[in-house]
Amino acid sequence: MKTEMRLTIDRIKCDGHGLCAELLPELIRLDDWGYPIIASAPIPERLASLAQRAVATCPVLALALRRESRPR
Amino acid sequence: MSDTILWYTTRGAGAVSMILLSAVVVLGVLSSLRFHSAGWPRFLTPALHRNLALMTLVFLALHVVTAVVDPFTHLGWVAAIVPFSSYYHTVWLGLGTIAFELLVAIAVTSLLRDVIGQAAWRAIHWLAYASWPVAVIHGFGTGTDALSAWFVVLSIVCVVSVTIAIVYRLLQPPADPLASARGEFRSGVSRRPNQ
Amino acid sequence: MSGPRLLAGPDLGAGAEGYADHVRRLGPTTLAGRALIEALVRSGVTGRGGASFPAGLKWRALAATSKGSAVIVVNGAEGEPQSHKDRLLMRTRPHLILDGAFLAARTLRAASVVVYVGEEHRAAYAAMERALRERPEAERRVARMAAAPHRYVAGESSAAVHLIDGGIATPTTTPPHSRERGVAAAPTLMQNVETLAHIALIARYGDAWYRSMGRRGAAGTLMVTIAGGVKKPGVLEIEAGITIGEAVAMAGGLSEPAAAVLLGGYFGAWMPAVKAWELPLDAEALRAGGLGLGCGVIGVQPASRCGVCDTARIMRYLAEESSAQCGPCFFGLRALSDACSRVAERGTNRDDMARLKRWAVEVQGRGACKHPDGAVMFLRSALSTFSDEFASHPAHWRQQPA
Repeated sequence: MKTEMRLTIDRIKCDGHGLCAELLPELIRLDDWGYPIIASAPIPERLASLAQRAVATCPVLALALRRESRPR
Repeated sequence: MSDTILWYTTRGAGAVSMILLSAVVVLGVLSSLRFHSAGWPRFLTPALHRNLALMTLVFLALHVVTAVVDPFTHLGWVAAIVPFSSYYHTVWLGLGTIAFELLVAIAVTSLLRDVIGQAAWRAIHWLAYASWPVAVIHGFGTGTDALSAWFVVLSIVCVVSVTIAIVYRLLQPPADPLASARGEFRSGVSRRPNQ
Repeated sequence: MSGPRLLAGPDLGAGAEGYADHVRRLGPTTLAGRALIEALVRSGVTGRGGASFPAGLKWRALAATSKGSAVIVVNGAEGEPQSHKDRLLMRTRPHLILDGAFLAARTLRAASVVVYVGEEHRAAYAAMERALRERPEAERRVARMAAAPHRYVAGESSAAVHLIDGGIATPTTTPPHSRERGVAAAPTLMQNVETLAHIALIARYGDAWYRSMGRRGAAGTLMVTIAGGVKKPGVLEIEAGITIGEAVAMAGGLSEPAAAVLLGGYFGAWMPAVKAWELPLDAEALRAGGLGLGCGVIGVQPASRCGVCDTARIMRYLAEESSAQCGPCFFGLRALSDACSRVAERGTNRDDMARLKRWAVEVQGRGACKHPDGAVMFLRSALSTFSDEFASHPAHWRQQPA
């Protein structure tokens, strides 16, 4: 079993503040209107703490980290 | 001699708290305006706001502790918790107690925002707008150097800065680009009264 | 039994069939509980609100989670502008629909039934309200009406639940899905009125009867709205599995040569007419080809109309119907719509065509509900079906009646 971490976003709560894209540019970029486009791949271990920081910094708590267990 | 040190520390820490709190309010306003520029990334405003708020609490704690411990003031710990319970400057000190407790509530709810949720956090955070004027009035009312030049100058700078920030904020449209469209749509899909 | 099933009975122009007549004509339902659910599964009847999900599987899942607090929502919102089948059914056979609804309530041990009808469908709303008053006391007691606001997204599941529970018909974030936590935080069955009507008949005649009609491996009948360039546009009850060409023949045939067909309404897809004529109207077969029956609207596009201009008009409508809760949907659909309008009004240009392709990819999947996805799928099908027209569109703006 391996644990995968993924970023999930509540699209209604998201107001396009854009802090997440500044803190995690490896996985998040902003579209033409300032809203985040999030890479769908699992978060690599080395970015885990940055991802946590991005989740905590969102002013409206729209981001979340989800852990999933997958069979190898 | 130690009495004087305590007294100076109380007044100094109080003044620093007022300056820091004013900066915190200005940064809070800038956060809601989503202020950023080429050299100032978006995350810096709320991050600075948060860090200065924590620093404010440190100086505020110092201010309260030295005031209570100082034998000259005859203040008990009760006065730090129950507003308007002191004999010394009852009203002005009471306001200070209120401001202190509001700030503690705001800080605690911010640290526990994940647990209590966005809506509850927001409701309490609005109290920040009340805590600042209460703190400033407390400072004028109790400060023995309320009439001394340095304190007056400091206070004016703080009051002017915060006032400009708040007035500017009130004159700006909401920073959320969807605010008006969302509101318009919602009002059109609300349940009709006879339902 | 062949011929119309839902629309069998008294003349449709005579208005709603009353409760007494309905009971006398059809008799009581015989299947109930577990037996009914299994019959629904075997019959293969699918939802007619747009998703075409097998109704039996839906009921089975809810039977497992319901603890006596479940809610049945009868979805008669019919927000798709070109669709008329649901209001016809509500106006003329309300008791078929209500039979299905109360069967669901008893089978799934529901605490209440909400009849959710589009506020703009006044006759249908009145007919359902009157029909509710004719039902037995035990049924009347647990049922109530609710008006769906006149917006495109009001019929979406989470928006319907939001209106019934919280008074505002905007979609909400899922999970949790309404089948788990819906009205009053209870497991909620959201079922289209036509689906419930089919279920009311299956509960009387069984699944073998249901499957006795249907062509090319499909089962049962279904209702479609045929619009556009045909001689007799309107609602038809057809045998599942007939081709679009055969359905058009039932609607009197083409009134003029056709270029394309829009299947499934604004939430559906364009296809060239020659491809459409051979396509069977069967949810499963269509899904295998990446298409969908949707709400059963068949829009026949005459060759004399401009596909680019009509696509631009519909994109503008879809953009304006965004609930403005998610940035990518609100701004993305507006940008896509503006680009389409520019191509329609001022002619093709490479920049707008590139933008259409890029934004379509960026908008997809980034809203809380499926509204932006539906619009993007609609646009993609238009770009593919009308590729020549988009590539060489002259600068014009034909004032075409909608």
